Amino acid sequence: MTAPRTPRARRVPNGVRSAPYGFLLPAAVLFLLFFALPIGYALWLSLHRIDVQGLGLGRGARREVWAGLSNYTAALTDSELGHGALRVLGYGAIVVPVMLGLALLFALLLDTERVRARSFSRLAIFLPYAIPGVVAALLWGFLYLPDVSPFHYLLDRAGLPGPDLMDGGALFGSLANIAVWGGTGFNMIVIYTSLRSIPAEVYEAARLDGASPLQIALRIKIPMVVPSLVLTFFFSVIATLQVFSEPTTLKPLTNGISTTWSPLMKVYNDAFVAGNVYAASATAVVLALATFALSFALLRFANSRAKHRGTR
Amino acid sequence: MSTTTPVAGRRKAAPAAGTTPGTPQGPPRARRTALLPTAALLLGAVYCLLPVAWVLVAATKSGSELFSTFTFLPGSGLADNLSDLGSYRDGIYWQWMANSGLYAGLGAVLSTTVSAVSGYALALYRFRGREVIFNVLLAGVLMPPVILAIPQYLLMAKADLTDSYLSVLLPLILSPYGVYLGRVYAQAAVPSELVEAARMDGAGEWRIFLRIGVPMMSPGLVTIFLFQFVAIWNNFLLPYIMLSDDGKFPMTVGLFTLLAQGSNTPALYTLVITGALLAIVPLIALFLVVQRFWSLDLLSGAVKS
Repeated sequence: MTAPRTPRARRVPNGVRSAPYGFLLPAAVLFLLFFALPIGYALWLSLHRIDVQGLGLGRGARREVWAGLSNYTAALTDSELGHGALRVLGYGAIVVPVMLGLALLFALLLDTERVRARSFSRLAIFLPYAIPGVVAALLWGFLYLPDVSPFHYLLDRAGLPGPDLMDGGALFGSLANIAVWGGTGFNMIVIYTSLRSIPAEVYEAARLDGASPLQIALRIKIPMVVPSLVLTFFFSVIATLQVFSEPTTLKPLTNGISTTWSPLMKVYNDAFVAGNVYAASATAVVLALATFALSFALLRFANSRAKHRGTR
Repeated sequence: MSTTTPVAGRRKAAPAAGTTPGTPQGPPRARRTALLPTAALLLGAVYCLLPVAWVLVAATKSGSELFSTFTFLPGSGLADNLSDLGSYRDGIYWQWMANSGLYAGLGAVLSTTVSAVSGYALALYRFRGREVIFNVLLAGVLMPPVILAIPQYLLMAKADLTDSYLSVLLPLILSPYGVYLGRVYAQAAVPSELVEAARMDGAGEWRIFLRIGVPMMSPGLVTIFLFQFVAIWNNFLLPYIMLSDDGKFPMTVGLFTLLAQGSNTPALYTLVITGALLAIVPLIALFLVVQRFWSLDLLSGAVKS
């Protein structure tokens, strides 16, 4: 209780001082039970393995023993995990730029003068946010399915062969499309909000200097929304790394998606299909560390950019 | 839809009115629609509405029509599809919907409450460890759900709670992003002078929160509620891991299992499609109904701070 703000702090009654701790109690309890404890347990699991004695029957035959870092070395040298990581990177390389590019474009268009159907478009583009990822994947899955797809129907009518949208390279585009469809609207709203917080005088001045709407967009609007672009980029990258439900949903419709298509699918598979929660925990911890490292690097990069801009 | 227009138009209106007479373009151009941007926006709207339009049409088709007629041609089987879906396994689909409503409704109420008290405390009090608590909570946003889900499942199993409603409900109550939004709204909406004044009048801290904090934060709380409702309604991974009794499934997991079975029996496809249509109706309805009470802008209120 060092109380830096001396004049008022002395008058603060005890009830006021303890109140915030009381208010934070539910969050603290939930955090300990459902965040801290599971993370600690995952770390513990990742350092153990099952030692099977004899046939593995009976109560004492299966014991948890210290495994050191062997689960980690196994995870890091697992080629399946490496391939999964590469697939997700390829997928992310499509999703993030296309989604944020579209979100920025639509936000700028919404902010253009004399645009009609503004609130309709805004709502329509935002609508996919309300649709569960599983349902979105299901809807697009049917639109990709040759027997049902309108695209295949039209190509067929035109006498052209329909592409297989759920295998090989096309699969990346098809999966990316689901994420782009689902995420563009939300990011558009974030960017649009920060566009609208730019004072009107800024544009007035630019217009008096003879700047065209396109010049205003490129020279004023985009630089002004860089902070929200950084934020949306940050969240998009993290969401992309964690892709799980969309490929899982599409899996029944195609042979192109394996049970270990993305790293998180592999973790799920290891833990709940193969039943090796120890290996799965090690892989999960590796993924968490990779996520944190990437987030940290992104935030540092964003901060250094902000400082750089500040000194000019 | 119209309720958001004045907000969107407020800033635009001022410069437009001021510049029309004086600018070189003159009045006729100023009133003309910007065709290209409008067309591009409508194209985006069509792209986003396409799968929804498709499912609306596809749900009207009978099993044979689904594979034989042009996809955007309405079929004749909507009533049959609905009754088939309703009678499938004694109406388990409605059970899934009710479960989703329960998880999302109760979960969002609890989550909003926790976010509100925590956000309020973090915004309006100065106390030791405030920033540490805030940052630790916030780090939870970055934690991949699977990483939490495996040990959460094992711990729930130890507590004999797996395959129960609680196993899906409890882990979702604390939402780091909800706490973050709660803090942002409390900071923006509740003046600390007012809290001080109430304190002078002898009101207790809890009373101040209920009488001053909650009413002033309420637009933000509606946003947090919706955000959590959507997040829980859309959640797949946690119930997928926790539950094995399909009577407790939420709609997402139920539809997924139906689709997985459907890949062997295409007759189930019409059920999946009709189910998907019904699954998106409640959320779209919710959005349209509560639109007047909240603003999309609040969702991104995070960026401005």
